[in-house]
Amino acid sequence: MATVTDAAEVAMNGDGAVPQASEAPPGVAAAAEGETFPPDVVFRVEDLNCYYGPNLAVRDVTMDISEREITAIIGPSGCGKTTVLRCFNRMNDLIEGARATGTLLFRGVDLYDPRVDPVEVRRRVGMVFQKPNPFPKSVFDNVAYGPRIAGSVPKSELPDVVEASLRRAALFDEVKDRLKDSAIGLSGGQQQRLCIARAIATSPDVLLMDEPCSALDPISTAHIEELMHNLKEEYTIIIVTHNMQQAARISDRTAFFTADVDAESNSRYGLLVEFDDTEKIFSNPSDERTENYVTGRFG
Amino acid sequence: MRLGRVFDDRTRRVVTSEVYRRSRDVRGGLFRVLLQIALLVALLVLAILLVDTVTDGWSILDGRLGDFLAGGLRSQSGDPELGVFQGIRGSLWIAVFVIVLAFPLGIGAAIYLEEYAPKSRLTSFIDLNIRNLAGVPSVVYGLLGLAIFVRGLKDLTGGQSVTAAGITLAVLVLPIVIITSAEAIRAVPQSLREAGYGAGATKWEVIRTQVLPYAAPGILTGTLLSLSRAIGEAAPLILVGAVTGFLGGQSGLVDVSQLQERFTALPIVITEWVQESGRDRGFAPAAAAAIVVMLVVVLLLNSAAILLRNHFEKKR
Repeated sequence: MATVTDAAEVAMNGDGAVPQASEAPPGVAAAAEGETFPPDVVFRVEDLNCYYGPNLAVRDVTMDISEREITAIIGPSGCGKTTVLRCFNRMNDLIEGARATGTLLFRGVDLYDPRVDPVEVRRRVGMVFQKPNPFPKSVFDNVAYGPRIAGSVPKSELPDVVEASLRRAALFDEVKDRLKDSAIGLSGGQQQRLCIARAIATSPDVLLMDEPCSALDPISTAHIEELMHNLKEEYTIIIVTHNMQQAARISDRTAFFTADVDAESNSRYGLLVEFDDTEKIFSNPSDERTENYVTGRFG
Repeated sequence: MRLGRVFDDRTRRVVTSEVYRRSRDVRGGLFRVLLQIALLVALLVLAILLVDTVTDGWSILDGRLGDFLAGGLRSQSGDPELGVFQGIRGSLWIAVFVIVLAFPLGIGAAIYLEEYAPKSRLTSFIDLNIRNLAGVPSVVYGLLGLAIFVRGLKDLTGGQSVTAAGITLAVLVLPIVIITSAEAIRAVPQSLREAGYGAGATKWEVIRTQVLPYAAPGILTGTLLSLSRAIGEAAPLILVGAVTGFLGGQSGLVDVSQLQERFTALPIVITEWVQESGRDRGFAPAAAAAIVVMLVVVLLLNSAAILLRNHFEKKR
């Protein structure tokens, strides 16, 4: 596969690009053991299986997550959307008995390699949860939490980082006079934007969002969607959503998952049905199950 | 009225008969009254006890409170030096031992059990046994204290000393501290932990910055209740060898050199004087006054706990 990519690159760039081609491989090649890892692919998932104890929860997921795009994961309840999302920052490690097999590469590095520290992964792959979960601390301390524990920002620069993160999350103007107040006093929509600000304060590469608007009213949802559109310029975003219109509105690529029942063991598991450009998924899906779901005939 | 035109009278009558309160909710009212009676009985018993005790001890509380607080165990009730100082001293030192030994050990064990220990059969077995230990009669702990801390570790504790008593009572309340702390830690919302991990915190950082601050008020409530229990215990102290008759030569609340000497404590003083009052009527008011002193000590400790808890609750 490496040779195919190389050949394609050389063919595309012609002779003039040879110096560039020989420049790029050393660093990248080291990460992916000789294989050239495409620089615009943030995550490469190959044959990922997720288990909870002995139960297979999601089967054979294969997908590439591209840089600075919004990838939406949609599907009916119980199809493993959240399970897959929580693999991207090893959040499933917190659940007793959860494990994953297969390959999950983050910029060419196997995330499930024993040498990988999940804490470091989570600093690069931030997460926003379904229910807003601010810390019961001040607005400022919420956003400063990540940089503080990482020790990545000198104390004198913390206010700047906090302000920049809050601005990025389109919340600063609303809370600039209440930075010292408890975050619990904010409205639900503000709390969720605070959680986004907290997630981007550690300057991650990727933002994972697990149904971030499911607990919010339409106006707050619109706020967050607009915000995601802006965040896309800097971050790669993967969002799980129940709301198909939301996926259609904001995402570049959409993965449709569904649940199936294993004939032998009679147990339910999730699987990836189709992964393509959002436009194609919603207008001209190649799988019948996708079409039934997006047209509302099932699920 | 326009109302009559929009809703005709018949509809209104039907709906009225459906939604108007037909009869009083008798069972609900009865239940409420029963609950009020339960509360009243509990408060009444407490009030009667309190009034009775204060009246019995009034001659001392009103007459010679200063001397009583400074005095010691004496064999005659008429002795002007009769008082509870040694009892207060012993009880306070027991409290210190409980705070220093049982609190850190118990809270630490609770953190381990809830946050680190794998969810295995062994863990639930240990959990079950800690719960059982909390129900073991205090006399049994007294026997344990006698065997281990008074006899076994004589060189360390000095035998029948306040040190041995303090360690024994610390062991007595340890299971309670563990259970209440574990309960408080279990009540921390999982979403809070996930938020911490999601922001790139290590397990220790999540525990230190999120779990413990959130659980602090609950942990504090449980631990201080157990402190009150330790201060009120008399049975294990008798076995450990608290002095009941005459105890001389103790002065100063914080004289560390006396930690290995013989001791007494407030519950022991009270028990002793109540027994003596059969022989010498004068001990009855002394016992009542000592009870009031002990209640005040416990009350002070509890108010300190409540203040601390409010402080932590505001912070979380």
